[in-house]
Amino acid sequence: MMHNRRRRTESKGPPSFLTIKDKSQISFIGKLRGYMHSHHLAFSSAIYRLFSQPFRALTISFVVAIALSLPSGLYVAVMNLQKIANIEDSSTTITVFLKMSATQPEINALQENLLLDKNISTVSYISSQQGLDDFRIESGFGDVLDILDENPLPAVLLVQPKTGAEYDSNFLKQLASKLRTETLIENVEVDIVWLNRLKAILAIAESLSLMLGAILSFGVLLIIGNVISLALDNRRNEVVVVKLIGGTNAYIRRPFLYTGFWYGVIGGFLAWVFVAIALYWMSIPVARLAELYHSFFKLEGLGFFGLIALVSVGSALGLLGAWLSVTRQLSTIEPK
Amino acid sequence: MILFDRVNKRYPSGYEALKSLSFNLDFGEMAFLTGHSGAGKSTLLKMLILMEKPTSGQVLVDGQNLSRIHRNQIPYYRRNIGVVFQNHQLLFDRNVFDNVALPLLISGLQPRDIGRRVRAALDKVGLTGKEKMNPIILSGGEQQRLGIARAVVHKPKILLADEPTGNLDPQLSEEIMNLFQNFCEVGVTVLIASHDLDLVSSMGQRLLKLEKGILVEDEEGLYDA
Repeated sequence: MMHNRRRRTESKGPPSFLTIKDKSQISFIGKLRGYMHSHHLAFSSAIYRLFSQPFRALTISFVVAIALSLPSGLYVAVMNLQKIANIEDSSTTITVFLKMSATQPEINALQENLLLDKNISTVSYISSQQGLDDFRIESGFGDVLDILDENPLPAVLLVQPKTGAEYDSNFLKQLASKLRTETLIENVEVDIVWLNRLKAILAIAESLSLMLGAILSFGVLLIIGNVISLALDNRRNEVVVVKLIGGTNAYIRRPFLYTGFWYGVIGGFLAWVFVAIALYWMSIPVARLAELYHSFFKLEGLGFFGLIALVSVGSALGLLGAWLSVTRQLSTIEPK
Repeated sequence: MILFDRVNKRYPSGYEALKSLSFNLDFGEMAFLTGHSGAGKSTLLKMLILMEKPTSGQVLVDGQNLSRIHRNQIPYYRRNIGVVFQNHQLLFDRNVFDNVALPLLISGLQPRDIGRRVRAALDKVGLTGKEKMNPIILSGGEQQRLGIARAVVHKPKILLADEPTGNLDPQLSEEIMNLFQNFCEVGVTVLIASHDLDLVSSMGQRLLKLEKGILVEDEEGLYDA
């Protein structure tokens, strides 16, 4: 060994050895292999550390998962409600409530009058008595109604706008305001208004889920950053030694990046599982409700792409959080 | 190999650790740095591994001006130098083998080379067969030898040691010093800080004596390296 070394120094001639560039004597393949090896070690040491404190690792992953599952859960809810809103689009009717004082001949005349309007395709009449009967049957409050002296329900005309214009909210608004000018009409309600409101609320909820996502992502960043910062504190000694014998910041950072990465991946996966469990839990009452409405509506989950997205977001946040915290702290840990 | 040219070091507190220090250490030379604690021995060694920068003057290693080394290059520069610390700076969360392997891992050596070189280094310091042990169960002398193995495993051309025999009995101290002398004989430039004047004088090597940051004595060794 020693002889070997002596021979090598002699053959190299003048003692110019100092390398402040990267390990210049090693071949590219050798460098690559060494680099891969160092990544492999950082990767396995990060996993080893996670498994050596499984409860701790799981707690942190759960916190990450909760933070990620809240916005994604809200997003799934909005997505499903939007689906409902789109299904119900098919039947837009204008409900016209007539004044209680309107007489039968006046109502018939109005109905015929309306039918002449080319903006209206059908007008169906529900008398106050019929409305009462329907209500009695559907609500089951028949006994309550018996107490009342007179029928509280007004007569109703259901106006179906001309085909092709059902979704034109401006057109519907105009039609509604025209109807309101009729003396016999007490009030006009357009279903689409309700629907538009729902859609507007859903749009708010959607941006809320995005906002919540952004805020909680920031939270995940802070959580992982903090955890990594503590881990780095615990290994301060090691960092000093590694720095003293020529470890680059990248080398020191590597295992911590992997640790953050794993917290993010596990957290993202658990978030997906949380949402899936919540959906499964809700799918039974939702199916019952859909049955009542004679609808084939089914809850839609995050799916495979949702899983990929959550795990990617989680791992990216984990990496970024770890990188930020280690980079910020590394400069403060210098050998003294 | 190592050249100090009128180096001053003044700490922000106003304390002057080194005053106009100049000396030259040749390639393959061995020298001891002595003086009382606070004389500036540690500061001098710290400058050589870029833990400290001179306030004025220059430090050249192999012709390279250390003040011109960029922050990002410091790790690569440090890989040229083996350092033995007084407190060993061993890592007790891994075994003897992994402690010695650390400098090789850091410089990105291939795994198959690592095993060979770690065993060679352990063999040289007489710790063969203790690879799997945790350094915490080693004796003080063994820990120091482990520190030396880690300092030389990557075959540095300069070996620095800060009080390597600080807590050892005279016999162990001599063994350690002989170990350093062996490295010097194969062409490693060795600089050892020690306050143990008796031991140091008995080694017959060049002696640099510091007093309050001033080089007061530069005694040539009995034979040149």
